[in-house]
Amino acid sequence: MALTVTHLDFSYSAFALSDVSVSVQRGSLTGLLGPNGCGKTTLLKLLSGVLRPRHGEIALDGRPIAGIPRRALARRLAVVPQETHPAFDYSVMEMVLMGRHPHLGAFQLEGPADLAVARDALDATGTLHLAERPYMTLSGGEKQRVIIAAALTQSPDVLLLDEPTASLDLGYQLEVAALLARLNRERAVTMVLATHDLNLAASLCDTLVLLRDGRVLLQGPTRDVLTGAAIKQLYNVDADVEFHQRAGHLTVVPVRRA
Amino acid sequence: MVIRERLAVTVGGYGALALLTCAVAPLVGSTPISFSRVFDRSIPFADNVDAQIFFIARMPRVLAGAVVGAALASAGVVLQALLRNPLATPFTLGVSAGAALGAVLAIAMGAAATLGPLSPVPLASLAGACVAAAIVYGLATRPGRPISTSVLLLAGVTLNSFFSALILFAQYMADFAETYRTVRWLMGDLDVGSFGAVGATLPLLMGAFAIFALLPSSLNLMSVGTDVAATRGVDVGRAQRLAFLGTSLAAGAAVALAGPIGFVGIVVPHLVRLMVGVDHRIVLPASALFGAAFLVACDLVARTVIAPIELPVGIVTALLGGPFFLWLLVRRS
Repeated sequence: MALTVTHLDFSYSAFALSDVSVSVQRGSLTGLLGPNGCGKTTLLKLLSGVLRPRHGEIALDGRPIAGIPRRALARRLAVVPQETHPAFDYSVMEMVLMGRHPHLGAFQLEGPADLAVARDALDATGTLHLAERPYMTLSGGEKQRVIIAAALTQSPDVLLLDEPTASLDLGYQLEVAALLARLNRERAVTMVLATHDLNLAASLCDTLVLLRDGRVLLQGPTRDVLTGAAIKQLYNVDADVEFHQRAGHLTVVPVRRA
Repeated sequence: MVIRERLAVTVGGYGALALLTCAVAPLVGSTPISFSRVFDRSIPFADNVDAQIFFIARMPRVLAGAVVGAALASAGVVLQALLRNPLATPFTLGVSAGAALGAVLAIAMGAAATLGPLSPVPLASLAGACVAAAIVYGLATRPGRPISTSVLLLAGVTLNSFFSALILFAQYMADFAETYRTVRWLMGDLDVGSFGAVGATLPLLMGAFAIFALLPSSLNLMSVGTDVAATRGVDVGRAQRLAFLGTSLAAGAAVALAGPIGFVGIVVPHLVRLMVGVDHRIVLPASALFGAAFLVACDLVARTVIAPIELPVGIVTALLGGPFFLWLLVRRS
């Protein structure tokens, strides 16, 4: 198990996660699904250690993350947030090199080896040609790929992604999905991604966790969990779930509000 | 160029500029003096008027300009990153208003307490800065949570106007002489009189610079996002507290020494970013050095532009800085 969450409780003004237990297998690509406000982003923040649970435990390879120093945790686990708005006009290379932070000492500046890691990450996400561009001038799809590259320069073995395709057009959605699948396959990066895109989840994720009202409704292999009944329970929507021959995965067609 | 070389070139270049400015500035003034005479060892110091003007009359003022300029510019850089707002200044968080209120009260009450070389007005203004910083910090922090930067900003802005009201009240109750002194103090002036005053604030400023030296890479990450910084291994709460403490020390000490000299903390960081990019590991040292050169140069203008009258330098920085600030606003939108 890469990540295990046991009996986690967390509350945040009007919202609460209660008794959440989730296990994420090493090398898996796990999708977090659920309606707005169900706790997906909060769960990701808890997994990354940004928020601390009130009760329960989150463990990385069996070791509670609360006991792992920040920098050590950041060398193993990286996060791709929904959107990134830097306050200053950093270049793409500067943004990506910041991923090396947990690998550097307090006054250490990055050297050629760190630069090579950053180049490699830019190359892997198809953004090496953008290295000298100001980050803010990029398109949404380019930004998202650069942010994924920045997370990769942390050399993590677990990557948490919050709606990685939410603001992208169809072409970029497929591109980012293919990129994630490739990184998962080639670099053996375990991934947990929160998404509203059921077809993305169906195509990409081998495991799904369905969250509703701060509780786990269902979890398991995608082919078992992603059913019309589950979608109805989750979103209150009637949907057809069928295997699509040409796409090679399950597809979800929402029909009407139930 | 890799960061190591960029840093070396930048610090070398701006360092040379700062040193050169500090060496040239005391030579220029309403009374012309000769460089060779200043350093002519054959004339006893007691008889060498040029050396006396250089070292006793002008050098303390130049040194004060250098340390105040460096402190305000670097505090500006740190606060702009902490608040994720490029238009923040060292005075945004109310520290200067607190310092000003302290100074005004000391003038109005004719306070006489001294502490070593610190005379009553700087002492009171330091106390005021501490009070303001404590209030803002108390409002913006909750145990176990990162500082709320929006509360920090709003509390600072509110405190600024509240303290300004108190300053106006104190002035209204004061007599003409006190009011005149207050107004002059509020203009910001580097006429510190002796090395003693500079020396007295130096430990505070050194403390601030030592704190700033710990911060640059955390500032880079926090200016991208506090959650991003946390997931890359930055102890965000600690970095925020250090940034707040360092900027309060720098702004409090600078204002105690020279009054609230405006615009240095915003003009310098922006000019530096235009020249060297936005990486805080380069911007922060470059701003400190350029800030020193900038304020010394502004003060040179203030001393000479309508000589023999010496203007308070705050007037010069505001005349330069106001239009620059507006230009920045227009350029951003």
